[in-house]
Amino acid sequence: MDLSFLAETWLALLQGLPLTIELAAGSVACGGLLAASLAGMRLSGSPFLGWPARAYVFVFRGTPLLVQMFLIYYGLGQFRPTLQAWGVWWFFREPSYCALLALSLNTAAYASEIIRGAILSVPHGQVEAALACGMGRWTRARRIVGPIALRQALPAYSNEIVSMVKATSLASIITLVEVTWIAQKLISQTFRSVEIFVAAGSIYLLLNIVVTRAVLLLEYWLSPHLRGAPAEPARLEAAHA
Amino acid sequence: MPEHASPGDGGRPIVAVEGLRKSFGTLEVLRGVSLRAQPGEVVSILGSSGSGKSTLLRCLNLLEVPNEGRIEVDGEPIALKRGRHGPEPADRSQVQRLRQRVAMVFQSFNLWSHMTVLQNVIEAPVHVQRRPRAECVAEAEALLAKVGIADKRDHYPAHLSGGQQQRAAIARALAMRPAVMLFDEPTSALDPELVGEVLRVMRGLAEEGRTMLVVTHEMGFAREVSSRVVFLHGGLIEAEGPPAEMFGNCPSERFRAFIRTVR
Repeated sequence: MDLSFLAETWLALLQGLPLTIELAAGSVACGGLLAASLAGMRLSGSPFLGWPARAYVFVFRGTPLLVQMFLIYYGLGQFRPTLQAWGVWWFFREPSYCALLALSLNTAAYASEIIRGAILSVPHGQVEAALACGMGRWTRARRIVGPIALRQALPAYSNEIVSMVKATSLASIITLVEVTWIAQKLISQTFRSVEIFVAAGSIYLLLNIVVTRAVLLLEYWLSPHLRGAPAEPARLEAAHA
Repeated sequence: MPEHASPGDGGRPIVAVEGLRKSFGTLEVLRGVSLRAQPGEVVSILGSSGSGKSTLLRCLNLLEVPNEGRIEVDGEPIALKRGRHGPEPADRSQVQRLRQRVAMVFQSFNLWSHMTVLQNVIEAPVHVQRRPRAECVAEAEALLAKVGIADKRDHYPAHLSGGQQQRAAIARALAMRPAVMLFDEPTSALDPELVGEVLRVMRGLAEEGRTMLVVTHEMGFAREVSSRVVFLHGGLIEAEGPPAEMFGNCPSERFRAFIRTVR
């Protein structure tokens, strides 16, 4: 293996990293908001909200992200006059917006199930204690259920973020110049696919190390109540006894 | 800080329920219970498992919504209406307001696990009653000292013994400055050697003249501390009266049998 070529490739691929990060961060943020709303709809108890959310999760979890991305970018492109009439063509003509949309819609389906499970796992007694002191729905969500559910959701959610980082590579098929697209271009120029894919893979790996460490840190920071008790103040009289 | 006159003075009751009925599916748990608590009264509610005593208590702050009957807190009747899935409160904001007057202490403490003891105590005063934070912290520290866990203010519930957790929960309830306190079997989840410390705190509250409704199996507490004992059986009040009468010569054979079995 040619190490200098590997290093050169690595640096070339880094040019795609900002877009990869933007797609991953953007879709995790937008998808997370959508996921929270979907989970809220599922848990609302109303069939008019619950069933659309179920149908959404069923469709977006049950079809490949690749297909979703194709349909949003190339498929909707066929309805250009309609989209122009609706005034949303500026959005769907941009492959980066379409990729962001597809990634967000997809992660929202998975994440809504993670969030729903986390909310359901909040001990009922703690919710009752909040009810019993007169807390309204929003205060309860913000102060009690939200924080407890967040800690519960983090380990599973870090999986989801990692898989979104990797899924951004699919955006290369709708012409976005991110890490995988650059890798494929370099391969077509040099035919040295092994070195180039090793370099590309290592970039995703490094990115995901950062992601998993960051989530672990967040988990640690949010869970002082799950660690040991604070040290008791030293007992002077015991020391002198 | 008792705000009211001597117990049982026949004035306006703090809590009054009339003809309370509650069913879970086909199981009728309360079959027409009427009860009043005057300011400063300590009412012990006794009964065997399944007699409806916890359900009665939980109806008073609408954690359970009764199927029928009338509940008045501090002279204000709680408005109920028929919903699609049975009875429900007509006005949620009224319920939220009244719950701040009726504090509850649970069998399993139900402290918020992600908050320290101090944070648990100031949570409702700051975020529900919207009182100034500094004032709430000062009051919380005084309450924690009163229940004897001032040194645990920055501990999380998981780091406390059951007795300490229950005393923190009592401080949390007191912090709302309630008109009446409901205790739902507050010592039933505790190891025997920790029961005493919680009962001592409750006894202190009774001596201050606080209005308390206590579902309990502690016969000593019912006999020595309460001003009235209510015995529930099969969803109805089978007997009630001052503890001296009830434990002396209660006419109810069922109650006499009950205290023989728990003793």
